[in-house]
Amino acid sequence: MAIRDLTTTQARRPFQRRRKTCPFSGPNAPKIDYKDVRLLQRYVSERGKIVPSRITAVSALKQRELARAIKRARFIGIRPYAVQ
Amino acid sequence: MALYEHIFLARQDVSAQQVEELTNQFTEVLSQGGGKVTKTEYWGLKTLSYRIRKNRKAHYSLLNIDAPHTAVAEMERQMRINEDILRFMTIRVDELEEGPSAMMQKRDRDDRDGDRRDGRGDRGDRFGGDRRPRRF
Repeated sequence: MAIRDLTTTQARRPFQRRRKTCPFSGPNAPKIDYKDVRLLQRYVSERGKIVPSRITAVSALKQRELARAIKRARFIGIRPYAVQ
Repeated sequence: MALYEHIFLARQDVSAQQVEELTNQFTEVLSQGGGKVTKTEYWGLKTLSYRIRKNRKAHYSLLNIDAPHTAVAEMERQMRINEDILRFMTIRVDELEEGPSAMMQKRDRDDRDGDRRDGRGDRGDRFGGDRRPRRF
């Protein structure tokens, strides 16, 4: 369904957006680790919220893993639950 | 035996020396229960993202454990009693990490560069709002 949707939008739009791929798939992809603050930082907003995968293009499976990692990092106090 | 990663946070007022004693104490508990600690890391006194029991900082320690769950449960029980321990987290893993963890590697690098490399700012507090999800 996603593929068909994409082709129709591409036909309509004069400019084409490149389809992003999951940053955690493929060779030499970073391993999702709750201890890696800098990696997690890329996937949370400035308010400390988890950024949805439709913006970051993380696959569903990896997004679940990532969310778990962020929540673990929050629990041990290396990431905030909310900023301000 | 099962493999675990264990992180505990000690109160900011205790010294690094005392944290090491705590680590040894809990390692002893584990070995009495028939387990062993394959790696210990002391991350140092780190600033917490939010206050935990009125502490702004805490000593972080990481233990990689290979122990039966009864030993881990006993260690956790003692940690709950100990007032110097603010918080702990045990996670069962399929394999233990070799070498220094991400936290230790980060130490050598610059601790803070630009917080956000991408140009996408925080748009209020909503992602897309009521619009239908856009596909990129």
